[in-house]
Amino acid sequence: MKKLFNISNTLITLLIKLCGLISGISVLLIIIFLFSEASGLFNKPSIDQETVIAISKKNTINDPEAIQIKQIFNREIRNWSALGGKPDSILLFRLDDLILYYPADAVTEVPDTMRARINRLFAQHDNLIGYFPASLMPHEFSGRVLRIPNLNVMDFIRGREWIPDARPVNIYGALPLITGTLWVSLLAILIALPLGLAVAIYMVEIAGRNINRILRPAITLLSGIPSIVYGFFGLVVIVPFIQDQFGLPAGESALAGAILLAIMALPTIISISEQAIRNTPQSMKEASYALGASKWQTIHKVMIPFASRGIIASALLGLARAIGETMAVLMVTGNAAVMPSGFLEPVRTIPAAIAAEMGESTQDGLHVKALFALGCILFVITLLINLSVEYMQPRTKKRMML
Amino acid sequence: MSKLEARDVNLFFGAHQALKNISLQMEKHTVTALIGPSGCGKSTFLRLFNRMNDLHNDMRLSGTILVDNKNIYQRSADVDALRKKVGMVFQKPNPFPKSIFENVAYGLRINGVRNKNYIEERVTRSLQQASLWDDVKDNLNRPALQLSYGQQQRLCIARALAVEPSVLLMDEPTSALDPASASTIEELIYELKIKYTIVVVTHNMQQAARVSDRTAFFYLGELVEYDETKIIFTHPTHQRTQNYVTGRFG
Amino acid sequence: MSKKLMQAVMFTLFRLLSLMVVCILFSIVGFIAYRGLAVLRPQFITGLPENGMTEGGIFPAIVGTLCLMTGSLLIAFPVGLLSGIYVSEFAPDNRLKRFIQIMTNSLAGTPSIIFGLFGMALFVNQLGFGDSILAGSLTLAILVLPVIIRSTEESLNAVNPAIRQASYALGATRWQTVYRALLPLALPDILSGLLVSFSRVSGETAPILFTVAAYYLPRMPSSVYDQVMALPYHLYVLSTSGTDPEATRSMAYGTALLLILIVLFFNVLTVLVRRLLSKYVNIK
Ligand SMILES: Nc1ncnc2c1ncn2[C@@H]1O[C@H](COP(=O)(O)OP(=O)(O)OP(=O)(O)O)[C@@H](O)[C@H]1O
Ligand SMILES: [Mg+2]
Repeated sequence: MKKLFNISNTLITLLIKLCGLISGISVLLIIIFLFSEASGLFNKPSIDQETVIAISKKNTINDPEAIQIKQIFNREIRNWSALGGKPDSILLFRLDDLILYYPADAVTEVPDTMRARINRLFAQHDNLIGYFPASLMPHEFSGRVLRIPNLNVMDFIRGREWIPDARPVNIYGALPLITGTLWVSLLAILIALPLGLAVAIYMVEIAGRNINRILRPAITLLSGIPSIVYGFFGLVVIVPFIQDQFGLPAGESALAGAILLAIMALPTIISISEQAIRNTPQSMKEASYALGASKWQTIHKVMIPFASRGIIASALLGLARAIGETMAVLMVTGNAAVMPSGFLEPVRTIPAAIAAEMGESTQDGLHVKALFALGCILFVITLLINLSVEYMQPRTKKRMML
Repeated sequence: MSKLEARDVNLFFGAHQALKNISLQMEKHTVTALIGPSGCGKSTFLRLFNRMNDLHNDMRLSGTILVDNKNIYQRSADVDALRKKVGMVFQKPNPFPKSIFENVAYGLRINGVRNKNYIEERVTRSLQQASLWDDVKDNLNRPALQLSYGQQQRLCIARALAVEPSVLLMDEPTSALDPASASTIEELIYELKIKYTIVVVTHNMQQAARVSDRTAFFYLGELVEYDETKIIFTHPTHQRTQNYVTGRFG
Repeated sequence: MSKKLMQAVMFTLFRLLSLMVVCILFSIVGFIAYRGLAVLRPQFITGLPENGMTEGGIFPAIVGTLCLMTGSLLIAFPVGLLSGIYVSEFAPDNRLKRFIQIMTNSLAGTPSIIFGLFGMALFVNQLGFGDSILAGSLTLAILVLPVIIRSTEESLNAVNPAIRQASYALGATRWQTVYRALLPLALPDILSGLLVSFSRVSGETAPILFTVAAYYLPRMPSSVYDQVMALPYHLYVLSTSGTDPEATRSMAYGTALLLILIVLFFNVLTVLVRRLLSKYVNIK
C-alpha cells in the first residue's frame, strides 16, 4: 500500500516536471520551425526551379541581380549599357512571345521543334534575354543561362519591393511591409494613447465608484471581443466613412487600419495605465495636496510622472498588439504592398501579408518560405517590445495576460 | 485672537466616530503637542486644519474649524489657498521622485510662480531654514530619494516652508528617524516657532516636553486635557493624563 | 490661467474624451447587436448555410468552433495546470524556472498569426496531420497555454503561505500539499483562467487559417483528422470573400453578434464562478 502510494507520488511529480518542460520548450519549437522554414528562402535563387533565364552567348554582361532582371522584364531597363554591356536595346523573350516570331501554332508544337526554335532565337539576336521552362532547354544551347544569385538576409529586409508573383524572378523585399506595419501601428498608438490616458485619469480621479463598477467590466468585455469582429465593424462602418469623408475611390487605407487598431488597443492602454496611476502612493498625493496643489496639478505633476513607466508599458503593449494584429488589419487596410506614402493610401502589414498570401501560394514554393521569413521579422519585433516591457515593469505584464 | 481654533468638532468615518465634541484654541507662534494612545484621533484632528481628511469620501464633520478666525469648512472656502497657508510634514518622509531643487520648488511652481531668481532664492532660504542647506548645496540636482531618511524629512520641511505658510502641521515627524536626526528636527521646531504656529503630533513624551508650549491629551476621540506643557507633565488635572505621560499605559 | 480654471478645463476635457471613448466602444457592440439581433433566430443557429451562404444558418461553424474549444483546452488545460503547479510549487528557484517563465511570457506576447505559421509547419506538414481539428486544436492549445500557466501560478502564489507550511508540517508530500491544501483555495482563479481561455479560443482566426478552417463544409466532422468550419473564419469569409458580400451581410452580422455573445457569456460566467466559489474559499 505504502509502496503503491510512493510510486504514484513519483509518477505525478514526474508528470508535472514533464509538463513544465514542454511549456518551456514550446517557444523554442516555434523559433526553430519559424527560422528553419524561413532559411529556405536564402539558400536558393529566387526563381522557380523549372524556369531558365538566358541571354545570347555574345552578350558579355555579368550575371545580373534579381531586381535587375525584374526591371528588364518590366521595361524599366531598356538598354544593355545599364548593366555594363555593349550599348544595345534589350530585346525581351517570353515563351508566349514565340507567336511574334513564328506562326500562331508554333507554341503548341512538339517540344523538339520548340527547342530548335528557342535555340535559333538566341543564336540570331545578340540583344535577346528570355525565359522558358527548363524542359524546353535545347540540347546544345546557343545562349548563355544566367545564374540568379541567392537572396541574402539584408537584401530581404532592406528590399523596397514585394512582388512575390513577378515573372521570371520573384521579388521579396520586406521593407514596404515592415514600414507598413510600423506606420499603421504607430499611428494607432498615437491616437489611442492620449484617449486611453484620458479615460484612465477619469477612472482614477474623476469617476465615482459606481461609474467604475460599470466601466471596468465593460472594458474587460471589449478587450475580449475577437479581432475579426472589430475587423468586420471596420469594414462596414469605418471604411465607408473614410471613403465618404475624403472622397476616395476606396476607403481601405492606412487611416482606417490605424483607427481600428487604436480602438482595439484602447482597452489594453486604459487598464494598464489606470492601474499604474492608481498605484501612486497615497503619501505622494498627500504631500502634493498639502502644498496647495489642485487635483489636476497633483495628477499632472505627481501621479503621471510616478506612473510614467506603467503608461509607457501600456503604450508598448498596445503597440505590440497592434503590430501583431492580423485579421482586422487585413480587412480594412486595402493590402497594397508598397512603401506607405500617406494615411489615405492602402498599405499591407506583415501579418496581413502572411494571412492573405499563404492561401495563394503553392506549398514548398519560395513564396511560403518568404512568408515564414516575414513571420520571423514579426516575431523578433514583438519579442523585443515584450522583453523591454518585461524589463521595465515585470509585474504589469503578468497582470495583463490574465 | 487665536491662530487656530476648533469648536465642538465631531467627526465620523462612516459609522465610526473618530473625534468627539472637541474644542481647542492655539495661539500664534506657539508649539502645541498632541499626544495620546494610538488610534485616539490625533492625526485626524491635525488634518482638520488643512482639510486633508477631505480626501476620504466617507468623512462627515460637524462643528467649526477656524484658521485666522475664518471658518475653513465654509462652502466658499478656498482649500488650495488654505493648504498653502497651512503647511504639513508627514510621519514618513515623502519626497517626490524628483531632484532636491524641484522638490522644494514644487509648491512655488504649482502656485504659479515663474520668476527663476525668486524660486532659487526661496529654495535656498527654505533649505537653510530646514538646516539642510549645508548638506546639499553642492548638488541640488541630485535625486531627493538618494538623501538619508533624516535629510529627506528635513527636505520635506523645507518643501513645506517654501510656500511661506504661517502654520506648520507635523504628524509624528521624527518617529521614522534615528535619534540624531530626530534631535536635529526638534531643534528645528524650536527655531521655527519664532515665525510659525506649529502643531506636532508625537508619541515621544520627552519630545513633547522639550519642544512644545502647550500639550493636548487625546483619548478615544475625546480631548481629555489641554494645558501648558509644564502643567500637563507635572500636575495634570486628570488621572488618565497622569497615567499616560508617566507611561503607565500605552 | 488660474489653477482652478485650468482644473475645470482639464477635467471637462477628460470627461468629454472619456464619454467619447465609451460611446465609440459601446456603439461597436450596440451596432452589431442592433443589426445582428434580427438574424439571430433558431434556424440561424441550427441551419446549414444555403444559397451561396446568403441564407440559412451557421450550424457547421458553431460545431467546428465547439470542437476547437474542446480540443484545444483538453490539451492546454492539463498541461498548463501542471506547468503552473511546477513553476509555483516544484521548481527550485533556478535557471530552469526562470527559463520557463521567460518562455511563457514571450509566448503570451507572440502575435497569433505566428502560431498559425508554426502550427502549419509542425502539425499540418511535419507531423502530417493535414488541415484538421487535431492540428487546429494543438495550435490553439499552445496559444492559450500561457494564460493557464499564469493564472495557475499566480493563484497558487496568492494562497496564504501559512497553509502551505502547515501542510508540510503535517508530513504531507509536495503533491499532497498541492492537491489537498492549495488547489481548492486556488480554484476560483484557475477556473477563471480556464474561462478566459475558452473565450479567447472561440474568437481566434489567424491561428486556424492554415491549420483547420474550411471555407465551406456543410457537414459534421467524423474524426479529429477532419477539417471544420469555424465561427471567426466564417465571419471573415462572409464579410470579404463571399460570392456577394452585400448579400451575405445579414449572415455576417448574426455571426459577429454570436461571437460577442460567446465572450460575454464567458465573462459573466467568470464573475459568477468567482462569486460562488469565494463563498466557500475565503481563507486567503
Ligand atoms: N480614512 C479613515 N476611514 C475610516 N476610519 C479612519 C480613517 N482614518 C482614521 N480612521 C479611524 O479614526 C481613528 C483615529 O485615527 P487617527 O489616525 O487619527 O489616530 P492617531 O491618534 O493618529 O493614531 P496613531 O498614533 O496610531 O497615528 C482610528 O480609530 C482610525 O481607525
Ligand atoms: Mg497618527
